[in-house]
Amino acid sequence: MLAVVCATNDALLQPPRINPEVATRWLEAFLRDELIDRRGIHRAVIGLSGGVDSAVTAYLCARALGAENVHAIRMPYKSSSAASLADAQLVIDALGIHARTIEITGAVDGYLQFEPDADARRRGNVMARTRMVVLFDQSAKLDALPIGTGNKTERLLGYFTWHADDTPPVNPLGDLFKSQVWALARYLGVPSELIDKAPSADLEADQTDEGDLGITYARADAILAQLLLGYADEQLVERGFDEDDVKLVRGRVDSTHWKRHLPTTAMLTNTAINEFYLRPVDY
Amino acid sequence: MAARTNGERSPARYDVRLVQVKPAKGRYRENLAESSEIFAQIAAEPSLPDLIVFPEAAMTGYFLEGAVYDLAQPAQVFADDLVRAWRSGAGEREVELCCGFYENDAGTYYNSAIYLRVGRSDHEIVHVHRKMFLPTYGMFDEERFLSRGRRLQTFETRLGRIAILICEDVWHAIMPTIAAIKGARAIIVPSAAPGRGIEGESELTSITHWREILRSSATEHGIFVLYAGLTGFEGGKGMTGSSCIIDPRGVVTVQAPEIGECVVSGTVDLREADLARASLPLLGDLGAVLPDLLLDDELPLPKGRQ
Repeated sequence: MLAVVCATNDALLQPPRINPEVATRWLEAFLRDELIDRRGIHRAVIGLSGGVDSAVTAYLCARALGAENVHAIRMPYKSSSAASLADAQLVIDALGIHARTIEITGAVDGYLQFEPDADARRRGNVMARTRMVVLFDQSAKLDALPIGTGNKTERLLGYFTWHADDTPPVNPLGDLFKSQVWALARYLGVPSELIDKAPSADLEADQTDEGDLGITYARADAILAQLLLGYADEQLVERGFDEDDVKLVRGRVDSTHWKRHLPTTAMLTNTAINEFYLRPVDY
Repeated sequence: MAARTNGERSPARYDVRLVQVKPAKGRYRENLAESSEIFAQIAAEPSLPDLIVFPEAAMTGYFLEGAVYDLAQPAQVFADDLVRAWRSGAGEREVELCCGFYENDAGTYYNSAIYLRVGRSDHEIVHVHRKMFLPTYGMFDEERFLSRGRRLQTFETRLGRIAILICEDVWHAIMPTIAAIKGARAIIVPSAAPGRGIEGESELTSITHWREILRSSATEHGIFVLYAGLTGFEGGKGMTGSSCIIDPRGVVTVQAPEIGECVVSGTVDLREADLARASLPLLGDLGAVLPDLLLDDELPLPKGRQ
């Protein structure tokens, strides 16, 4: 009787893997190239939320630029969790980076007082966009560059505020799924408090990302990784994914392509920018 | 310096430098000036190399989109500019140079690499290879802006018969195969390879994949592979450097790191190619079988070309 060696789909059902040492080396080089070599800017400004994405970004920037060149800005709203501030402090203390807390309540409420009926989504968007106003202004003040912290999962699921979280000109995490960001966080030594807690946009009390999305990051990432390779929904279900999960993920991706693009401009000439007049970003 | 065997026109052994650079995007003159300094560094070594190889698009950067029309040069202009940089850095000394550049041939644009013989007071273009496989998928958009080269030629040099394959050219196994059948003893591969794949053991998986392809080409045909890669990031896409020399048995004799500019120094000993082919005569076998393969009616070859 011969032993039979069987292929399995088990690996496909897991979130995509990462070699954090390789990724870290590559991302450090990316940050140095983009900031110092290309732009001649030596300082980074990061909105430090207390979550794992901004923490990993801060760790990478500290390695690439030196802790003395990293400025963390905490921007709480009056309803923000106190635990978020405390978790951000763990990162600040561990890295020895510059830190400042700028409360955005006055700016946000200065506008929202005229819109008392704004729902949670609108209020959250105003907060996110206000934080970007602060980050860009602090960058101008410090002769620094704001660094983005958005990951690939939230970009694909459209789980961010357009022209807010996605606005910084340089983003080291945008091609990493959330599961990979967690693995990177462990490798970099981000405090476990930030890695182990449920991710949250912290726009409302008791809000969690996975509650908002209706799926865990682990399941979403595994589906997204296969979906991006071109597999149809029925093939994903054949491979062992839950049909409702596949439908949810596909629906979010397909309804948010616009969030991953610049504004749509009416083309009227044969010299339209980015249609005919084509120059790379670093030209 | 080249070691010559008795009665042979070409040396059996020659010294090579692969220049792994991170060009400033679009700053052609600035990058030429930088090259001049690199030439001065190389010329200050105790022994001058016989051949210096630069990567693909080494004086402009790779991703240019429409700016390729601003920066592409006629081959002769590029040759003169590069030799001027050589003379500025190394003086009136002999060398052979190979460098990738965007070529403007009377309004038709190519991704090309030039091979130059530089004498003490003169220079000549020995060969210009125009990239035949233009990647136009995913992040790549070459064929939107450039025309394809139409011919793979090998060419005789002071250092023996050589072929140039630019980047994706070498990913198609038939290319090094044809180069070897046409007599190349060494293949020069100027490249700009954006890295990806973070699940590998100790490097990006695309670097591993590249090395497997290059080693396979070298081993199957008993040829040297001289790979010069760009380094540095272009709009978030990191070029993987890893410039290397691979001998005809598939041994990577020297390899640069993936990140950072450097000069890779190594030797090509063509007697190694003879020994490798003697112990693994795949190229000879192919020469015998190739006519049968190409005369196969089922191959999609143009009628009248068989």
